[in-house]
Amino acid sequence: MNRLILNKIILLLSTLSAVIGIGFLFWILATLSYKGITSIHWATFTKDLVDGGIRNLLVGQFTMALMATFVAVPVGMMAGIYLREYGHGSKLASIIRNLSDVMMSAPSIVIGVFVYALLVDPFGSYNGWAGAVALAIMMIPIIISTTDNMLALVPTELREAGMALGGSKHKIILQIVVRAAKVGITTGILLSFARIIGETAPLLFTSANNQFFTMDLGDQFPSLTVSIYNLATYPDEASRELAWAASFILTMIVLTINLLGRFVIRNKK
Amino acid sequence: MGGKLFRNFSFFSATLSFFILVGIFAILFHYAQESMHTFGFDFLWTEQWEPGEDDEGGIFGGYIPIVGTLLSTIIAMVIATPLAMGIAIFLTEIASVTVAKPVSIAIELLAAIPSIIYGMWGLFYFAPVVQSIFGGNGVGLLTAGIVLAIMIVPFMAAITRDSMNTTPSVLKESAYAMGATKFEVIKDVIMPYSKGGIIGSIILALGRALGETMAVAFLIGSVMHTVGKVTDPTTSIPVLLANNFAEAEDLEMSSMYFLALILFVVSFIIISSAKFYFLGRKVK
Repeated sequence: MNRLILNKIILLLSTLSAVIGIGFLFWILATLSYKGITSIHWATFTKDLVDGGIRNLLVGQFTMALMATFVAVPVGMMAGIYLREYGHGSKLASIIRNLSDVMMSAPSIVIGVFVYALLVDPFGSYNGWAGAVALAIMMIPIIISTTDNMLALVPTELREAGMALGGSKHKIILQIVVRAAKVGITTGILLSFARIIGETAPLLFTSANNQFFTMDLGDQFPSLTVSIYNLATYPDEASRELAWAASFILTMIVLTINLLGRFVIRNKK
Repeated sequence: MGGKLFRNFSFFSATLSFFILVGIFAILFHYAQESMHTFGFDFLWTEQWEPGEDDEGGIFGGYIPIVGTLLSTIIAMVIATPLAMGIAIFLTEIASVTVAKPVSIAIELLAAIPSIIYGMWGLFYFAPVVQSIFGGNGVGLLTAGIVLAIMIVPFMAAITRDSMNTTPSVLKESAYAMGATKFEVIKDVIMPYSKGGIIGSIILALGRALGETMAVAFLIGSVMHTVGKVTDPTTSIPVLLANNFAEAEDLEMSSMYFLALILFVVSFIIISSAKFYFLGRKVK
C-alpha cells in the first residue's frame, strides 16, 4: 500500500506546484492591474516625465526597441539562413550555432557594460544609439535561433523542387524556403520584440534616461523601464503611482505582443 | 552575382555573434587590467570596497557581491527546482489536455513578464510577507532568492516539460502494464529518459539566475555587507554594477569591469556546459 500512498502524495505535490505557479501569476497581475489602473490618468499619456507623464518614455522605449529590431531582424535572419542553408552540417556552423545560444543567455547587465565601454565612454555621454545597440545585441541570437529552427521545419523536397526548376540557391532560399517558414519567423520576431521592450539592465548606462521629450539619439534617451526603476525607489507617492502606471502599461504591452505571436502561429496552423 | 553577395552577407551575419562574444570578453578583460594587476586573485576574497582618499587608489574586493550572487542563486535554485519539476509533471502526466493547455500558456506568460515588474511587485508586496514570516527588514538575501525562484520556475518548467514529452508512449505504457504507479513511471521511465534535458534546463536556469539584475536590484538591499543571517541585506555582482557602475572612476571602475568579466566567464562556462553535455542540440 505504501507505494500507492507515495504515488498519491507526489501527484498531489505536483498539482500543488502548478497551483502555486498560477497563483503567483494571478497575484502579480492582480496587484499590478489594481495599482496600475488606479494610477493611470489621461495626463499619464499626454505629458512627459518632467510633468508627471510617460509620453516621452513610451516613445523613447519604442524607438530604441524598433531600431534594434531593424538591425537584429535582417542580421539574425541572414545568420540563421547561413546556419541552415549554406553552412548546414559544417563544423563552423555548429560552433556558431552554439555560440549564439550562449550569447542568448549572456547576462544582460554585462552587455550593458560592454556597450558602455564601446559607445558611451569614448563619446563622453549616454546616448540613444548605445541603448539601441545593446538591445540589438540581445535580440540577434534569439532571431538566429528562431530562423534556424523554423527553416529546419521546411521539407527538403521544397528546396529540391526549386532546384529542379533551375532556380539559383539564393532565389530558392528567399522565394521558397523563407516564405514557407514565414509564420514561424514572424512569431519569433514578435516574441523577441516583447522580450527586449521590457529590458532594463542593458539600458541603465547606455541610453540612461531623459525627463524630456527627445528624438535626438545622440543625447541621453528617455526609457520607460529605467524610469520605472528610478521612480519606484523615490519616496514620494506621486512617483510611485507613476511607476505603477508605467509598469502596468509595460506589462500589458509585453503580454499583448506575446499573445499576438502565439495567435499568429495558431491561426496559420 | 546577387547570389554571391547574398551568401557573403549571410556568412558575415553568422560570424557576427562570434565577434560580439569575443569582443565582450576582450573589452571587459582590457578594462579590468588595472584591477587585476593591483589585486590579483586576492580580489576574490577581499571584503573591502573602499575608495581611497581623493579617489586615488583604494581597496576593492569582490567577495561580498560574489558571495551574494552565489547565495541568492542557491536559494532560488533550491526553491525553483522542485516547483518546476512538479509543474512539468503536472503538465505532462496529470492534467488533461483541456487543463494543461491554459496552464501551459499561463506559465509561459509568467516567463514573459519583464524582470523589473517582478522586482517592483516583490518590493511592495512580497517583501512585507517575507518580513512578517522570517523577520529582518523585508529586503535581503532571502526575499531576492525567493522572487528569483518565481522568475526562473516558468523557464525551467517549460524546458523540462518539453523534454519529458519526448518519452515514447510505448515505454510508459509497458511500465503501466507491469502495474507501475504513475509516480513509478515518472521516476523510473520518464526521468531517466529525459535526464539530459532536465539537467540542462536546471543549468540554464542557474545561468539565468546568476545574471539576473533588475528583480534582485529591488530586493537584495544593495549594501556592501557580508551576510550573517539569510534575511540580511547584501549585494550581488549585477546589482552592484547596476547601481554603481556609472559613477565609478579609475580603479573602482576597473574593479567593476573585473566583476563583470567574472560574471561573464562563469555564466559562459555554465551555459556552454549545459548546451554541450546535456542539451546536445540535435541537428536535423
